Order: sequence, then structure tokens, then C-alpha cells
Amino acid sequence: MFYGSFGIVLILLAVTAPVALIFGFGGALAARSSAAPLRFLGRGYIAMVRGVPDIIFFLFVPIAMDQGLEYLKSRAVCPDPGPAWTGNEFHVCASAKIPLGTAPQFYHEAYGFALAVVAFSIVYGAFAANVLFGAMQAVPRAQLETAEAYGMTRAQVNRRVLIPQMWAYAIPGLSNLWMILIKATPLLFLLGIEDIVYWARELGATKSSIYAYPHPDWRLYYFLVLLVFYLVMTKLSEIVLARINRRLAFGQATAAGEALRKADA
Amino acid sequence: MSCIQTIADYGLRSVGIGERLLPRSDFTMCQQFTLIGSGMIWNLYFGILALLAGFFLATTLAVAKNSDRAIFRKPAEWFIFLFRGSPLFIQFFLAYEAFAMLPRAGFPILGITVATDWITRAWAGALIVLFFNTSAYAAEIFYGALRSVPKGDMEAADAYGMTGWTKFRRVTWPTMLRLGWPSYTNEAIFLFHATTLVFFSGFPAFRQEGDALYYAKYFADKTFNPFIPYPIAAFYFILLTLCVIAVFGVINRRLNRHLPQESRKRFRFRPQIIR
Repeated sequence: MFYGSFGIVLILLAVTAPVALIFGFGGALAARSSAAPLRFLGRGYIAMVRGVPDIIFFLFVPIAMDQGLEYLKSRAVCPDPGPAWTGNEFHVCASAKIPLGTAPQFYHEAYGFALAVVAFSIVYGAFAANVLFGAMQAVPRAQLETAEAYGMTRAQVNRRVLIPQMWAYAIPGLSNLWMILIKATPLLFLLGIEDIVYWARELGATKSSIYAYPHPDWRLYYFLVLLVFYLVMTKLSEIVLARINRRLAFGQATAAGEALRKADA
Repeated sequence: MSCIQTIADYGLRSVGIGERLLPRSDFTMCQQFTLIGSGMIWNLYFGILALLAGFFLATTLAVAKNSDRAIFRKPAEWFIFLFRGSPLFIQFFLAYEAFAMLPRAGFPILGITVATDWITRAWAGALIVLFFNTSAYAAEIFYGALRSVPKGDMEAADAYGMTGWTKFRRVTWPTMLRLGWPSYTNEAIFLFHATTLVFFSGFPAFRQEGDALYYAKYFADKTFNPFIPYPIAAFYFILLTLCVIAVFGVINRRLNRHLPQESRKRFRFRPQIIR
């Protein structure tokens, strides 16, 4: 289980990264849009998430999502939906619970995990949107004008010129974000997911029921293992991202691209 | 109970002054604002002390990392990698467990018994972790700034016959601060945000005296309504962020006062969020 929980962290990273990127892409395109409402929506999304401590979002989004979904479902399936928030309680009828109270444990865990992924994606999506927005602004204006001179429409310019060129400018910011995302994964514990922090506390504690024999307090060693795990992850990512960066700089009209050209010649 | 009364009872609740029992039902907006605000005392305490102490260690580390001698450079590099490469959350847990393993009764050194129980408490233990953590992050910023001190400035200092300490104190160090200051402002903001993690990691809240987020979660758990306490906490943090920006802006202006207006380095809000 302890080893399996490393898998949970890796799954979270693998799922959140692309989803957050899609959120970010949407946010950045919306912030650049020529339609005012869409633009305000994109800019507002970026500004809102960036101004507030992220942990508040991690605590807030899953509960808010959970209650919102159950509220909507209670409107649909409950025979007599009263007001859900009465006094200090949140009440929906039994058939509106997500997942149902009778569902197997696995569904409860999967649902909690999904909520966590959504919370992570919303927060990191805003950061990714900010990076991508900056990168789109950084693509030289002349490149876009040339594309327009060829008679491309706005969508074509975006698809064929802007987006391919944007990556070289976005990668430093995105790799920074990836590092941050890695380091945010232990916060899963706060959301009640049985992740590595949970198991490290559970298995290391003196009163652990997992082992048949009693053992002294091992939590220190479990957390040392976690520390090393994260350090290794960070180091590996650094190496891989440096490679990608080099690859993308190739043939670009930037200082890094110029340095590569000179090195090859 | 009037709101003034609530503020008198709970305004300093987080440091153990005032009413002992937390409200259990019928929460008013006033109670939520007061208690969460009272929790901010802890965030301020951790943030300000860690920042002040961390500044000096960060400068030392940055200079050490910039050194030619491996005996200085290597330890600084490892320190920075250790604290920047791992999540603060894990660091808190690890530190707490390590401190908790010290003998309860204290251990004797030269006939004096050194007490150890204070270090497992959040006010000391978490402060130590935050201090090392912010030092590592700030050291990396200062190291970057140190690398980009203009060559001309150093040569001018040489031409004036300055060497060693004088040169560092009068030329290198002020320039380093000036160049690194905008990033350092961001670091300060995120240190304050990071202080919210203290009571959610290993460190237990003593007698329910926690920070702003601790009380926000308390209310959210009791009322099942996250839509009031968390925005209140967010509101306090936005205020705090604005204060930090204002204070650091004054220092930034002072550091840049010899430069013409347009070549000054401006602060840009660049959240780095989690650490």
C-alpha cells in the first residue's frame, strides 16, 4: 500500500498536468480573444487564482464542488427537495449522495481523487494560462503579420504560426510549473486521500495495526524516504526539461536558438 | 452578544488570551471574522521572524554558493537543493518527527539539562523549518542577482582601490539587493502564504490556538459551508499581500534612489505558489 501510494502520486501528476495544460490553454486563448466577455472571463480566471493562497483553493474547491454536485443532483432526483443549506447543515436526500452511501469503498475513494484532480487542475490551469498568455504575447509580431500577409485567417494564424512558435517561450515557465506541481502533490493528504503522507504516518506510527509485531516510531524514516523520493523526482525532471528546452530552442529566433546554431556551425 | 464583545473575547484567542472555548453553534459573521483575523497573528509571527532571520542566512548562502572554493560552494549548493527540491509540507513532517524523537526529559550538556519539549511545539519547530526554507529560496534569488552584478561596477570598485569586505559591503551587496529585490518581494509574499501549512502538517495546534486557515477550516467543518470562512481567510491574505508589496516597495525605492526613473527595476507580482 505504501508503494502503491507512490503510484497515486504519479497518476495524479500524469492526469493533472495535461488537464491543467488544457485549462491553461483555454484560459490563455480566452484572455486573448477579441470578444470582450470571453476576454474578461479569461483574465478574471487568471487573476482570481493567482491572488489567493493556493491551499485555500485546495480546501475550498473539493467541498464546493461536492456540495454543488449533490445540490444539483438533489434537484433532479429527490422527491421533495427542500433547501439544502439549512442553518449549520448541508442536507440532501440519500439518493442524491455522490457516490451513493451503498456504493463500494472504491467509488468513494475514486470520487475523492477525482475532486482532488479537479482542484489541482483549476489552480494549476490558472498558472499555466498565465504562462501561455505571456508566451503568446512574446511571439514576435512580425511573424504573425507575415502570416496575415499570406492571407491566413485569425484561426489559421493561431493554429499554424502562433501556437507552434509559442512553445519555445512557454517552456521555461511551464517547467517551473511542473516543479511546483511535483512539490504540491503531498497536499493530497489534506484532501483526505490515502496518499504517501497518509501511509507514512500510518505505517510508521507505533500503534500501526498493519504489522503484526510492535515496532518503535518509524515515521522519521518513512518521511526521510519521501524526502529522497521528491529530491530524485526534482532532479530527474530538471535533466529531462533541460533536454526538451534544448530541443525546442532549435531553429528559433532567440538567444538560446542562436547559441545552438553557433555551436553546430 | 455584541460584536465588540466578540472581538474582546476572541481577538487574541490564537495566542491564548481571552475566551478559552471556541464558539460551537450559531456562528455569526463577526465571530468568523474575529477568529480568523486572530489566527493571522500566527501567520504574521512566522512570516516576519523567518523573513528577518532568513535574510542574513540567505546572503551568506548566496555568497558561499558564488565562491570559487568548493569547501564553501558545495555545502551551500546542497543546502539550497535540499530545501528547494522537496516540498515544504514533507519538510514540516520530517522536522516534527525528528524533533519528537529527541529525549522527552531533555539531555544533559556540561551539567545543564537542555530542555527539548519546546522545539516540538509549532512556534519554535515550524519557525526553524520556515527559516531554513526561506533562506534556501532567497539564497537562490540572491545568487542569481550576484551573478548579474555588472562587471563595470566591480571594475570601478577595483579602480577606487576597494578590496575584500569594503568592496562587498559598498558595491557588490547593494547592487545584489537592488537586482534581486523584485524577486525577493515575491518570495516574501509566498513565505506568508506558506505559513498556512504549519498547522496542517505534523505540528499540532496547542489548545486550539492555530493560524487563520486553521480557524477557517474549523468553521468550514462545523457549518458544512465553505463559502464563508475561506473567502474571509482569502480576504485577509490579500490584505497581507498588499501590505508586503507596500513595505517592500518602499525599500525598493530606497535601493534604487541613485538611478534615473526609467532604468529602475520594477516589481512584478509573479506568484510562485507552493514550495
